[in-house]
Amino acid sequence: MPVNTKKVLTDPLFNNNPIALQVLGICSALAVTTQMDTAAVMSIAVIAVMAFSSLFVSMLRNQIPTSIRIIVQLTIIASLVIMTDQILKAYVFEISKQLTVFVGLIITNCIIMGRAEAYAMQNPPAPSFIDGIGNGLGYGLILMATAFVRELFGAGSLFNVQVLPVVAEGGWYTPNGLMTLSPSAFFIIGGLIWALRAWKPEQNEAE
Amino acid sequence: MQGSVVYNLVFAAAVCVVCAVFVSSSAVALRERQEYNAAIDKQRNVLAVSGMVGDDEELAPEEVETRFAGIEQIVIDLETGEEVSEIEPSTFDQRRASRDPATSTAAPPNAAQVIRLPDQALVYKVRDAQGRPSLHVLPVEGLGLWGTLYGFIALDGALETVQALTFYEHIETPGLGGEVDNPRWKALWRGRRPFDDDFKPNLTVIKGRAGPPSEDPHRVDGLSGATMTSRGVTNLLQFWLGDDGFGPYLNRLRQERTDG
Repeated sequence: MPVNTKKVLTDPLFNNNPIALQVLGICSALAVTTQMDTAAVMSIAVIAVMAFSSLFVSMLRNQIPTSIRIIVQLTIIASLVIMTDQILKAYVFEISKQLTVFVGLIITNCIIMGRAEAYAMQNPPAPSFIDGIGNGLGYGLILMATAFVRELFGAGSLFNVQVLPVVAEGGWYTPNGLMTLSPSAFFIIGGLIWALRAWKPEQNEAE
Repeated sequence: MQGSVVYNLVFAAAVCVVCAVFVSSSAVALRERQEYNAAIDKQRNVLAVSGMVGDDEELAPEEVETRFAGIEQIVIDLETGEEVSEIEPSTFDQRRASRDPATSTAAPPNAAQVIRLPDQALVYKVRDAQGRPSLHVLPVEGLGLWGTLYGFIALDGALETVQALTFYEHIETPGLGGEVDNPRWKALWRGRRPFDDDFKPNLTVIKGRAGPPSEDPHRVDGLSGATMTSRGVTNLLQFWLGDDGFGPYLNRLRQERTDG
Protein backbone atom coordinates (compact mmCIF):
# COMPACT_ATOMS: atom_id res chain seq x y z
CA MET A 1 0.00 0.00 0.00
CA PRO A 2 2.72 2.59 0.88
CA VAL A 3 4.26 2.15 -2.56
CA ASN A 4 0.87 2.76 -4.11
CA THR A 5 0.22 5.82 -1.90
CA LYS A 6 3.55 7.29 -2.92
CA LYS A 7 2.69 6.72 -6.56
CA VAL A 8 -0.71 8.38 -6.12
CA LEU A 9 1.00 11.37 -4.54
CA THR A 10 3.97 11.78 -6.87
CA ASP A 11 2.59 10.68 -10.22
CA PRO A 12 0.78 13.97 -10.81
CA LEU A 13 4.04 15.88 -10.29
CA PHE A 14 5.86 14.76 -13.44
CA ASN A 15 4.36 11.61 -14.95
CA ASN A 16 0.76 12.75 -15.11
CA ASN A 17 0.88 16.47 -14.38
CA PRO A 18 -2.58 18.04 -14.62
CA ILE A 19 -1.29 21.16 -16.38
CA ALA A 20 1.61 19.80 -18.41
CA LEU A 21 0.15 16.48 -19.57
CA GLN A 22 -3.60 16.96 -19.30
CA VAL A 23 -3.40 20.70 -20.09
CA LEU A 24 -6.12 21.58 -17.58
CA GLY A 25 -6.36 24.61 -15.30
CA ILE A 26 -4.48 26.86 -17.72
CA CYS A 27 -6.65 29.95 -17.16
CA SER A 28 -5.69 30.47 -13.54
CA ALA A 29 -2.10 29.55 -14.34
CA LEU A 30 -1.99 32.59 -16.64
CA ALA A 31 -3.67 34.94 -14.21
CA VAL A 32 -1.93 34.50 -10.88
CA THR A 33 1.67 33.84 -11.87
CA THR A 34 3.08 37.38 -12.11
CA GLN A 35 4.36 37.08 -8.55
CA MET A 36 5.55 34.09 -6.57
CA ASP A 37 3.67 34.90 -3.38
CA THR A 38 0.27 35.06 -5.08
CA ALA A 39 1.12 31.86 -6.97
CA ALA A 40 2.06 30.18 -3.68
CA VAL A 41 -1.16 31.16 -1.92
CA MET A 42 -3.19 30.12 -4.96
CA SER A 43 -1.41 26.74 -5.02
CA ILE A 44 -2.10 26.16 -1.32
CA ALA A 45 -5.75 27.10 -1.80
CA VAL A 46 -6.11 24.71 -4.74
CA ILE A 47 -4.34 21.88 -2.87
CA ALA A 48 -6.70 22.32 0.10
CA VAL A 49 -9.84 22.51 -2.03
CA MET A 50 -8.83 19.56 -4.18
CA ALA A 51 -7.83 17.33 -1.25
CA PHE A 52 -11.05 17.94 0.66
CA SER A 53 -13.37 17.83 -2.32
CA SER A 54 -11.88 14.48 -3.34
CA LEU A 55 -12.23 13.29 0.25
CA PHE A 56 -15.89 14.26 0.59
CA VAL A 57 -16.86 13.08 -2.88
CA SER A 58 -15.18 9.76 -2.18
CA MET A 59 -16.96 9.41 1.19
CA LEU A 60 -20.28 9.90 -0.57
CA ARG A 61 -19.39 7.99 -3.74
CA ASN A 62 -21.71 5.06 -3.01
CA GLN A 63 -24.61 7.34 -2.09
CA ILE A 64 -24.36 9.94 -4.87
CA PRO A 65 -27.05 9.20 -7.49
CA THR A 66 -25.33 8.91 -10.88
CA SER A 67 -27.84 11.16 -12.62
CA ILE A 68 -26.98 14.17 -10.46
CA ARG A 69 -23.36 13.38 -9.58
CA ILE A 70 -21.77 16.31 -11.45
CA ILE A 71 -23.91 18.91 -9.75
CA VAL A 72 -23.34 17.28 -6.34
CA GLN A 73 -19.57 17.39 -6.94
CA LEU A 74 -19.82 21.02 -7.95
CA THR A 75 -21.84 21.92 -4.87
CA ILE A 76 -19.19 20.38 -2.63
CA ILE A 77 -16.36 22.09 -4.54
CA ALA A 78 -18.13 25.45 -4.56
CA SER A 79 -18.75 25.32 -0.80
CA LEU A 80 -15.10 24.55 -0.13
CA VAL A 81 -13.98 27.36 -2.45
CA ILE A 82 -16.20 29.92 -0.72
CA MET A 83 -14.88 28.85 2.67
CA THR A 84 -11.30 29.11 1.40
CA ASP A 85 -12.01 32.59 0.07
CA GLN A 86 -13.47 33.63 3.43
CA ILE A 87 -10.43 32.31 5.28
CA LEU A 88 -8.02 34.11 2.95
CA LYS A 89 -9.91 37.39 3.38
CA ALA A 90 -9.75 37.01 7.14
CA TYR A 91 -6.13 35.92 7.55
CA VAL A 92 -4.08 36.99 4.49
CA PHE A 93 -5.98 40.07 3.41
CA GLU A 94 -3.19 41.66 1.34
CA ILE A 95 -2.73 38.58 -0.83
CA SER A 96 -6.46 37.91 -1.11
CA LYS A 97 -6.78 41.42 -2.55
CA GLN A 98 -4.28 40.53 -5.28
CA LEU A 99 -5.91 37.20 -6.03
CA THR A 100 -9.32 38.95 -6.32
CA VAL A 101 -11.75 36.84 -8.31
CA PHE A 102 -9.34 34.02 -9.05
CA VAL A 103 -9.95 32.26 -5.75
CA GLY A 104 -13.66 32.18 -6.58
CA LEU A 105 -12.77 30.83 -10.00
CA ILE A 106 -11.14 27.76 -8.44
CA ILE A 107 -14.69 26.40 -8.72
CA THR A 108 -14.30 26.30 -12.48
CA ASN A 109 -10.81 24.78 -12.35
CA CYS A 110 -11.28 21.67 -14.44
CA ILE A 111 -8.57 19.77 -12.55
CA ILE A 112 -10.67 19.61 -9.39
CA MET A 113 -13.82 18.28 -11.01
CA GLY A 114 -11.68 16.06 -13.20
CA ARG A 115 -10.19 14.36 -10.13
CA ALA A 116 -13.54 14.09 -8.37
CA GLU A 117 -15.07 12.46 -11.41
CA ALA A 118 -12.12 10.33 -12.53
CA TYR A 119 -10.64 9.23 -9.22
CA ALA A 120 -12.69 10.01 -6.11
CA MET A 121 -15.88 8.46 -7.51
CA GLN A 122 -14.08 5.09 -7.82
CA ASN A 123 -11.67 5.04 -4.87
CA PRO A 124 -11.88 5.03 -1.07
CA PRO A 125 -11.49 8.29 0.90
CA ALA A 126 -7.83 7.99 1.98
CA PRO A 127 -6.29 7.47 -1.49
CA SER A 128 -8.69 10.09 -2.89
CA PHE A 129 -7.46 12.62 -0.37
CA ILE A 130 -3.84 11.80 -1.29
CA ASP A 131 -4.71 12.00 -4.98
CA GLY A 132 -6.18 15.46 -4.39
CA ILE A 133 -3.00 16.62 -2.65
CA GLY A 134 -0.83 15.10 -5.39
CA ASN A 135 -2.70 16.80 -8.20
CA GLY A 136 -2.76 20.05 -6.25
CA LEU A 137 1.02 19.78 -5.88
CA GLY A 138 1.38 19.07 -9.60
CA TYR A 139 -0.64 22.20 -10.34
CA GLY A 140 1.33 24.19 -7.76
CA LEU A 141 4.65 23.02 -9.16
CA ILE A 142 3.88 24.40 -12.63
CA LEU A 143 2.45 27.59 -11.10
CA MET A 144 5.55 28.21 -9.01
CA ALA A 145 7.93 27.46 -11.90
CA THR A 146 6.02 29.88 -14.14
CA ALA A 147 5.84 32.54 -11.45
CA PHE A 148 9.58 32.16 -10.80
CA VAL A 149 10.41 33.01 -14.41
CA ARG A 150 7.79 35.76 -14.70
CA GLU A 151 8.66 37.56 -11.47
CA LEU A 152 12.42 37.21 -11.95
CA PHE A 153 12.46 38.57 -15.50
CA GLY A 154 9.37 40.76 -15.26
CA ALA A 155 10.20 42.59 -12.06
CA GLY A 156 13.72 41.43 -11.15
CA SER A 157 12.50 40.04 -7.84
CA LEU A 158 11.54 36.76 -6.17
CA PHE A 159 8.87 36.70 -3.45
CA ASN A 160 9.03 40.52 -3.62
CA VAL A 161 12.73 40.52 -2.71
CA GLN A 162 14.75 42.42 -5.32
CA VAL A 163 17.25 40.03 -6.91
CA LEU A 164 18.18 41.90 -10.08
CA PRO A 165 18.56 45.66 -9.47
CA VAL A 166 16.23 47.32 -11.99
CA VAL A 167 17.09 50.43 -13.99
CA ALA A 168 14.24 52.46 -12.47
CA GLU A 169 15.84 52.01 -9.04
CA GLY A 170 19.32 52.80 -10.29
CA GLY A 171 20.40 49.24 -11.15
CA TRP A 172 21.31 47.65 -14.49
CA TYR A 173 18.42 45.31 -15.24
CA THR A 174 15.69 46.42 -17.65
CA PRO A 175 12.55 44.44 -16.74
CA ASN A 176 10.95 42.48 -19.55
CA GLY A 177 7.45 43.93 -19.81
CA LEU A 178 6.11 40.92 -21.69
CA MET A 179 6.67 38.78 -18.59
CA THR A 180 4.16 40.80 -16.61
CA LEU A 181 1.44 40.17 -19.20
CA SER A 182 -0.61 36.98 -19.37
CA PRO A 183 0.60 35.76 -22.80
CA SER A 184 4.10 35.19 -21.43
CA ALA A 185 2.68 32.41 -19.23
CA PHE A 186 1.64 30.61 -22.42
CA PHE A 187 5.23 30.64 -23.66
CA ILE A 188 6.62 29.55 -20.31
CA ILE A 189 4.10 26.75 -19.80
CA GLY A 190 4.66 25.70 -23.42
CA GLY A 191 8.38 25.60 -22.71
CA LEU A 192 7.83 23.55 -19.56
CA ILE A 193 5.67 21.05 -21.45
CA TRP A 194 8.36 20.77 -24.11
CA ALA A 195 11.09 20.21 -21.52
CA LEU A 196 8.99 17.62 -19.67
CA ARG A 197 8.23 15.70 -22.85
CA ALA A 198 11.84 15.79 -23.96
CA TRP A 199 12.71 14.22 -20.59
CA LYS A 200 9.83 11.73 -20.65
CA PRO A 201 9.15 10.96 -24.33
CA GLU A 202 6.31 8.55 -23.43
CA GLN A 203 4.15 11.64 -22.73
CA ASN A 204 4.14 12.62 -26.38
CA GLU A 205 0.84 12.06 -28.09
CA ALA A 206 0.85 9.41 -30.80
CA GLU A 207 1.39 10.91 -34.24
CA MET B 1 -34.31 2.85 -3.68
CA GLN B 2 -31.19 4.46 -5.13
CA GLY B 3 -31.90 5.94 -8.54
CA SER B 4 -35.50 6.82 -7.74
CA VAL B 5 -36.59 10.41 -8.21
CA VAL B 6 -37.46 10.79 -4.52
CA TYR B 7 -34.02 9.56 -3.46
CA ASN B 8 -32.35 12.02 -5.85
CA LEU B 9 -34.37 14.92 -4.51
CA VAL B 10 -33.77 14.03 -0.88
CA PHE B 11 -30.06 13.54 -1.52
CA ALA B 12 -29.74 16.85 -3.37
CA ALA B 13 -31.60 18.67 -0.62
CA ALA B 14 -29.43 17.12 2.08
CA VAL B 15 -26.20 18.07 0.26
CA CYS B 16 -27.46 21.63 -0.16
CA VAL B 17 -28.40 21.99 3.49
CA VAL B 18 -25.11 20.61 4.78
CA CYS B 19 -23.05 22.77 2.40
CA ALA B 20 -25.12 25.85 3.22
CA VAL B 21 -24.54 25.34 6.93
CA PHE B 22 -20.77 25.16 6.40
CA VAL B 23 -20.63 28.16 4.08
CA SER B 24 -22.80 30.40 6.22
CA SER B 25 -21.11 29.49 9.49
CA SER B 26 -17.69 30.28 8.03
CA ALA B 27 -19.00 33.58 6.68
CA VAL B 28 -20.54 34.56 10.02
CA ALA B 29 -17.56 33.43 12.08
CA LEU B 30 -15.03 35.33 9.98
CA ARG B 31 -17.02 38.45 9.16
CA GLU B 32 -15.74 40.56 12.04
CA ARG B 33 -12.13 39.84 11.16
CA GLN B 34 -12.69 40.57 7.47
CA GLU B 35 -14.38 43.88 8.16
CA TYR B 36 -11.56 44.83 10.50
CA ASN B 37 -9.03 44.01 7.76
CA ALA B 38 -10.91 46.11 5.23
CA ALA B 39 -11.16 49.05 7.63
CA ILE B 40 -7.44 48.87 8.47
CA ASP B 41 -6.60 48.66 4.78
CA LYS B 42 -8.57 51.82 4.06
CA GLN B 43 -6.96 53.66 6.97
CA ARG B 44 -3.53 52.58 5.77
CA ASN B 45 -4.27 54.08 2.34
CA VAL B 46 -5.29 57.39 3.89
CA LEU B 47 -2.15 57.38 6.05
CA ALA B 48 -0.03 56.70 2.97
CA VAL B 49 -1.39 59.68 1.02
CA SER B 50 -1.10 61.86 4.13
CA GLY B 51 2.61 61.05 4.34
CA MET B 52 2.14 59.50 7.75
CA VAL B 53 3.52 56.12 6.72
CA GLY B 54 6.55 55.41 4.52
CA ASP B 55 6.32 53.49 1.26
CA ASP B 56 8.16 50.46 2.58
CA GLU B 57 6.94 50.73 6.13
CA GLU B 58 5.04 47.71 7.41
CA LEU B 59 2.61 48.71 10.13
CA ALA B 60 0.85 46.47 12.61
CA PRO B 61 -2.95 46.98 12.56
CA GLU B 62 -2.85 48.57 16.04
CA GLU B 63 -0.22 51.07 14.87
CA VAL B 64 -2.41 51.97 11.87
CA GLU B 65 -5.29 52.69 14.24
CA THR B 66 -3.12 54.80 16.54
CA ARG B 67 -1.79 56.94 13.71
CA PHE B 68 -5.17 57.17 12.04
CA ALA B 69 -6.65 58.62 15.23
CA GLY B 70 -4.87 61.88 14.30
CA ILE B 71 -6.94 62.22 11.12
CA GLU B 72 -10.37 63.80 11.07
CA GLN B 73 -13.03 62.04 8.97
CA ILE B 74 -15.80 64.22 7.61
CA VAL B 75 -18.87 63.34 5.60
CA ILE B 76 -19.80 66.20 3.28
CA ASP B 77 -22.69 66.93 0.98
CA LEU B 78 -21.11 66.87 -2.46
CA GLU B 79 -23.48 69.41 -3.99
CA THR B 80 -23.33 72.08 -1.29
CA GLY B 81 -19.95 71.28 0.21
CA GLU B 82 -21.46 71.48 3.69
CA GLU B 83 -20.59 69.00 6.42
CA VAL B 84 -23.24 66.39 7.12
CA SER B 85 -23.32 65.63 10.83
CA GLU B 86 -26.14 63.05 10.76
CA ILE B 87 -23.95 60.40 9.12
CA GLU B 88 -21.32 58.59 11.16
CA PRO B 89 -18.07 58.84 9.11
CA SER B 90 -16.48 55.63 10.42
CA THR B 91 -19.28 53.49 9.00
CA PHE B 92 -19.98 55.55 5.87
CA ASP B 93 -19.08 53.71 2.69
CA GLN B 94 -18.83 56.12 -0.22
CA ARG B 95 -18.53 53.40 -2.84
CA ARG B 96 -21.65 51.69 -1.58
CA ALA B 97 -23.43 55.05 -1.46
CA SER B 98 -22.61 55.80 -5.08
CA ARG B 99 -24.10 52.47 -6.18
CA ASP B 100 -27.33 52.90 -4.24
CA PRO B 101 -29.94 54.88 -6.23
CA ALA B 102 -31.32 56.26 -2.94
CA THR B 103 -28.05 57.95 -2.05
CA SER B 104 -26.69 58.88 -5.47
CA THR B 105 -27.54 60.62 -8.72
CA ALA B 106 -26.46 60.10 -12.30
CA ALA B 107 -23.28 62.06 -12.93
CA PRO B 108 -23.23 64.63 -15.72
CA PRO B 109 -21.32 63.40 -18.79
CA ASN B 110 -17.63 63.59 -18.00
CA ALA B 111 -14.31 62.50 -19.43
CA ALA B 112 -13.42 60.56 -16.29
CA GLN B 113 -16.37 58.23 -17.05
CA VAL B 114 -17.78 58.61 -13.55
CA ILE B 115 -21.29 57.23 -13.93
CA ARG B 116 -22.94 57.89 -10.58
CA LEU B 117 -22.21 60.58 -8.02
CA PRO B 118 -22.87 59.89 -4.35
CA ASP B 119 -24.91 62.52 -2.49
CA GLN B 120 -22.33 62.49 0.27
CA ALA B 121 -18.59 61.96 0.18
CA LEU B 122 -16.05 61.03 2.84
CA VAL B 123 -13.07 63.39 3.10
CA TYR B 124 -10.21 63.60 5.58
CA LYS B 125 -8.50 66.49 7.29
CA VAL B 126 -5.25 66.75 9.24
CA ARG B 127 -4.74 69.73 11.56
CA ASP B 128 -1.50 71.33 12.69
CA ALA B 129 -0.62 72.16 16.30
CA GLN B 130 -2.64 75.40 16.12
CA GLY B 131 -5.73 73.51 14.98
CA ARG B 132 -5.59 74.93 11.45
CA PRO B 133 -6.10 72.38 8.65
CA SER B 134 -2.71 71.41 7.25
CA LEU B 135 -3.81 68.69 4.84
CA HIS B 136 -7.01 67.85 2.99
CA VAL B 137 -7.44 64.33 1.61
CA LEU B 138 -10.10 63.74 -1.06
CA PRO B 139 -11.10 60.42 -2.65
CA VAL B 140 -10.89 60.33 -6.45
CA GLU B 141 -11.86 57.74 -9.03
CA GLY B 142 -12.05 57.47 -12.79
CA LEU B 143 -11.53 55.23 -15.76
CA GLY B 144 -7.99 54.27 -16.79
CA LEU B 145 -7.31 51.83 -19.61
CA TRP B 146 -8.72 48.57 -18.22
CA GLY B 147 -10.86 49.72 -15.34
CA THR B 148 -11.53 52.25 -12.65
CA LEU B 149 -8.65 53.77 -10.72
CA TYR B 150 -9.48 54.45 -7.07
CA GLY B 151 -7.23 56.78 -5.13
CA PHE B 152 -6.73 59.77 -2.90
CA ILE B 153 -5.31 63.21 -3.50
CA ALA B 154 -3.84 65.22 -0.62
CA LEU B 155 -3.81 69.03 -0.87
CA ASP B 156 -2.09 71.40 1.54
CA GLY B 157 -4.08 73.43 4.06
CA ALA B 158 -4.36 76.43 1.72
CA LEU B 159 -5.40 74.20 -1.23
CA GLU B 160 -2.55 75.63 -3.25
CA THR B 161 -0.36 72.60 -3.88
CA VAL B 162 -0.69 68.85 -4.25
CA GLN B 163 1.02 67.01 -1.41
CA ALA B 164 0.48 63.51 -2.73
CA LEU B 165 -1.56 61.38 -5.12
CA THR B 166 -1.95 57.64 -4.64
CA PHE B 167 -4.07 54.94 -6.21
CA TYR B 168 -4.93 52.06 -3.93
CA GLU B 169 -6.96 50.02 -6.38
CA HIS B 170 -6.62 49.67 -10.13
CA ILE B 171 -6.18 47.00 -12.80
CA GLU B 172 -3.80 48.83 -15.14
CA THR B 173 -1.09 46.89 -17.01
CA PRO B 174 1.81 46.05 -14.69
CA GLY B 175 4.96 47.85 -15.81
CA LEU B 176 3.05 50.36 -17.98
CA GLY B 177 -0.13 51.93 -16.57
CA GLY B 178 0.53 50.03 -13.36
CA GLU B 179 3.39 52.47 -12.78
CA VAL B 180 0.83 54.83 -11.21
CA ASP B 181 1.99 52.96 -8.08
CA ASN B 182 5.66 53.80 -8.67
CA PRO B 183 6.94 55.92 -5.76
CA ARG B 184 9.22 57.84 -8.14
CA TRP B 185 6.30 58.89 -10.31
CA LYS B 186 4.12 59.68 -7.31
CA ALA B 187 6.89 61.90 -5.94
CA LEU B 188 6.58 64.11 -9.06
CA TRP B 189 3.17 65.32 -7.87
CA ARG B 190 4.35 66.96 -4.69
CA GLY B 191 4.28 70.74 -5.01
CA ARG B 192 2.28 70.94 -8.28
CA ARG B 193 -0.46 73.54 -8.38
CA PRO B 194 -3.83 71.93 -9.12
CA PHE B 195 -5.78 75.18 -9.67
CA ASP B 196 -5.24 78.26 -11.81
CA ASP B 197 -5.83 81.79 -10.50
CA ASP B 198 -9.62 81.62 -10.66
CA PHE B 199 -9.68 78.22 -8.93
CA LYS B 200 -10.44 76.17 -12.02
CA PRO B 201 -8.73 72.77 -11.94
CA ASN B 202 -5.63 72.89 -14.06
CA LEU B 203 -3.39 69.85 -13.79
CA THR B 204 -2.42 67.66 -16.70
CA VAL B 205 -0.38 64.54 -17.17
CA ILE B 206 1.49 65.30 -20.38
CA LYS B 207 3.35 63.17 -22.89
CA GLY B 208 7.04 63.32 -22.08
CA ARG B 209 8.71 65.18 -19.28
CA ALA B 210 7.49 68.17 -17.33
CA GLY B 211 9.81 70.56 -15.52
CA PRO B 212 10.18 70.83 -11.74
CA PRO B 213 7.08 72.09 -9.85
CA SER B 214 8.52 75.61 -9.47
CA GLU B 215 8.80 76.09 -13.25
CA ASP B 216 6.06 73.82 -14.55
CA PRO B 217 3.41 73.89 -11.81
CA HIS B 218 0.42 72.55 -13.76
CA ARG B 219 1.93 69.58 -15.59
CA VAL B 220 3.30 66.16 -14.61
CA ASP B 221 5.43 63.64 -16.58
CA GLY B 222 3.45 61.09 -18.55
CA LEU B 223 3.83 57.37 -17.93
CA SER B 224 5.66 55.91 -20.89
CA GLY B 225 3.64 53.34 -22.78
CA ALA B 226 0.51 54.29 -20.87
CA THR B 227 -1.22 57.09 -22.75
CA MET B 228 -4.70 55.95 -21.78
CA THR B 229 -3.87 55.64 -18.08
CA SER B 230 -2.14 59.05 -18.09
CA ARG B 231 -5.17 60.58 -19.78
CA GLY B 232 -7.43 58.86 -17.25
CA VAL B 233 -5.51 60.40 -14.35
CA THR B 234 -5.83 63.88 -15.91
CA ASN B 235 -9.56 63.38 -16.49
CA LEU B 236 -10.33 62.15 -13.02
CA LEU B 237 -8.45 65.02 -11.38
CA GLN B 238 -10.18 67.59 -13.62
CA PHE B 239 -13.52 66.06 -12.68
CA TRP B 240 -13.12 65.67 -8.92
CA LEU B 241 -11.39 69.02 -8.38
CA GLY B 242 -14.01 70.73 -10.57
CA ASP B 243 -17.53 71.99 -9.91
CA ASP B 244 -19.22 68.60 -10.38
CA GLY B 245 -16.84 66.98 -7.91
CA PHE B 246 -15.41 68.62 -4.78
CA GLY B 247 -15.64 72.20 -6.16
CA PRO B 248 -18.32 73.37 -3.68
CA TYR B 249 -16.47 71.84 -0.72
CA LEU B 250 -13.15 73.36 -1.81
CA ASN B 251 -14.79 76.78 -2.21
CA ARG B 252 -16.19 76.52 1.28
CA LEU B 253 -12.73 75.64 2.63
CA ARG B 254 -11.24 78.70 0.89
CA GLN B 255 -14.03 80.85 2.31
CA GLU B 256 -13.36 79.50 5.81
CA ARG B 257 -9.71 80.25 5.44
CA THR B 258 -10.18 83.87 4.38
CA ASP B 259 -12.80 84.40 7.10
CA GLY B 260 -10.79 82.69 9.80
